[in-house]
Amino acid sequence: MSMNRRDFLKLGAASVAGAGVSGNAGAVMREPLSLPPEAVGMLYDSTLCIGCKACMSACKQANGLPPQPEGEDEPMWDSPVETTGDTYNVIKVYIDGDAAQKDREENGFAFMKRHCLHCVDPSCISACPVSAMIKDPQTGVVSYNADSCIGCRYCIAGCPFGIPKYQFDDPLGAIGKCSFCSHLQAKGLTPACCDVCPTGASLFGTVEDLKKEAHRRLEATPGDNYVFPRGNLSEDRPPHEGAIPLYEQHVYGEKELGGTQVMYMSAVPFEKLGLPVNVPEYGYPAITEGIQHMLYQWMVAPIAVLAGLVYVVKRNTSGKSGGEHSSGEAES
Amino acid sequence: MSEFQPVSGKLLTKPFVFLSLLVMLAFAILGARFLFGLGAVTNLNDGYPWGIWVVIDVMIGTAFGCAGYAVALMVYVLNKGEYHPLVRSAVLAGLFGYTLGGMAVIFDLGRYWQFYTLLMPGYINLNSAMLEVALCVMAYVVVLWIEFSPAFLERLGLKDLNRKLGKLLFFIVALGVLLPTMHQSSLGTLATVFGHRLEPLWQTQLLPLLFLLSALLMGFAIVPFESLLASFGFARRSETPLLARLAGAFTILLGVYLVIRFGDIIVRGALGDAFALNTFAVAFWLENILFIAPFVVLLKKENRYNQRILFASATSLLLAGSIYRLNTYIVGFHPAVEGWSYFPSAAEIMVTVGIFSLEVVLYLIVVKKLPVLPRAEAA
Ligand code: SF4
Ligand code: SF4
Ligand code: SF4
Repeated sequence: MSMNRRDFLKLGAASVAGAGVSGNAGAVMREPLSLPPEAVGMLYDSTLCIGCKACMSACKQANGLPPQPEGEDEPMWDSPVETTGDTYNVIKVYIDGDAAQKDREENGFAFMKRHCLHCVDPSCISACPVSAMIKDPQTGVVSYNADSCIGCRYCIAGCPFGIPKYQFDDPLGAIGKCSFCSHLQAKGLTPACCDVCPTGASLFGTVEDLKKEAHRRLEATPGDNYVFPRGNLSEDRPPHEGAIPLYEQHVYGEKELGGTQVMYMSAVPFEKLGLPVNVPEYGYPAITEGIQHMLYQWMVAPIAVLAGLVYVVKRNTSGKSGGEHSSGEAES
Repeated sequence: MSEFQPVSGKLLTKPFVFLSLLVMLAFAILGARFLFGLGAVTNLNDGYPWGIWVVIDVMIGTAFGCAGYAVALMVYVLNKGEYHPLVRSAVLAGLFGYTLGGMAVIFDLGRYWQFYTLLMPGYINLNSAMLEVALCVMAYVVVLWIEFSPAFLERLGLKDLNRKLGKLLFFIVALGVLLPTMHQSSLGTLATVFGHRLEPLWQTQLLPLLFLLSALLMGFAIVPFESLLASFGFARRSETPLLARLAGAFTILLGVYLVIRFGDIIVRGALGDAFALNTFAVAFWLENILFIAPFVVLLKKENRYNQRILFASATSLLLAGSIYRLNTYIVGFHPAVEGWSYFPSAAEIMVTVGIFSLEVVLYLIVVKKLPVLPRAEAA
């Protein structure tokens, strides 16, 4: 009995030790993950976006997704208001007051593009019990495999950006989520939304290059003329010229929640665009997996506890008259 | 003679028929779910992908099912043989809680036909707390059926098999203590990945410990709850002195739980949230007053011997643990994007009601047909 009790205590004490400091530093955590070697990403510059939604229809076309008409009256319009199981990309708008000026927080408006951020340490992957969410070890693209998914929807609950969606109206529904047009990338093509973007608001490239580009924009003087690359940073497409706006001095996604391969620039605060701010610089899976690894690494703790239990239970059920034991009753 | 016996009385009583109708209604609704999709009968959405089928049927249902776990822990691990008469009905409660919880998972899974991938080494993700829950619950359902099998084997007169099984039972019992320890705590771990999207009153790395302890408490509470209900319902004597002693034991555990729960909130500096004027604070106090009240009441020894008070305390604990789970997964949970809301649809609620009715129906069948409840004289 003593052995078993000790094991139980150990289990409890370990959790307590971990949790006492659960705020951040010192919590039971696994190592944060780092950016894959050939990480590709996207820079979405809200100030360049003109809200034309060309990327939305290109996304639907590239992924063979049906339109989602709003209401019954005008079924010719595809007008989803959020990403859904059939909509991997949506342009939203922030509006304040009379919305007189673009990219202004008060009495202004700004565009926002929502799709998977291809996290460096993705919650959806950590959550999924059957590896239906997979991160490419080279490019870091996070894609979905419907053939193993059981539809538990933990990825939906777990994603800090609210990205994966389930097709609730389909008896054989699947999860829908941007997989960075991995099928196009495999052919050396540019993801559809970046490919069609007329202003370079959605820009494809390696994460490394995109970060440099983003910081170049932040360092430039507001009002100065700037040559904005379009489509794909590694190609030589005709650029788009314009003035540098009054950027928020931050590239969203460089550090947030362990980093994301899709990054954002904006002239209104990022929380106005619906991005979570004041979040830790590690991904939450580091916390969850910290607990899991502490308790289950190599199954050491469970096996030790089981051994203790077997010993104790055997001792407590043998050497006594049969009646004490639940199977023994039949004998008496 | 066995220390257990079937309850006498006919099966087809009015409540039995009524409950059976509820079960049938639930199955009709589930038919629609399989034909037209989850969205056709539930109010689930992409902001609240988990509703009452997950939180009540699975999380709360299996916590109710921890009776077998709690009593096995007492009898076989802490060697308190005097509780042995409670073993069978406790294991039965576990058997139902878990089997039906497992069944409810199938209804809720969006791609249930691919369920088998959980067992394929090529697919499983060892980092996933969900995998741990899924595999442990599956294994524990099997363990519970084996643990309960003496009752069948006795009835079928298969003494030989029963005796052979008896030789292995120590291992099964040990597994039956380990597995719930693992998955009931992991049910708490699941919520840690919500990070800032779970209110600070509930978000903590102690979630696994708190879920484990509260599941144990609910498992203990089910024993007097069920036993006293059975004694009221079947007009049989209950095991009051034994239940009172058990109540003494779990009151201590309840004290430990409360110290950890509130200690953690204070250490994390989240106590202020408990005194804010919002839904979360109300939900928090509702949950915790239902934990604290039975603790205060059961500290007094004579209260534990009062059937009514003991029953009320057990009910309070069961509610408290249930609300804790609802708070963690629905009330205190924020979708990543604003604009979503969730309240279960009538159909969704009827399925949950149907599953719990099925549990009662099966319970009635089993205790009237199999030797499960302690012998009336022996009690
Ligand atoms: S944004 Fe969400 S879905 Fe995309 S990788 Fe990150 S966690 Fe996964
Ligand atoms: S719904 Fe599918 S992809 Fe999402 S976590 Fe569950 S099994 Fe994985
Ligand atoms: S990368 Fe492809 S799938 Fe993702 S939003 Fe752009 S077009 Fe859609």
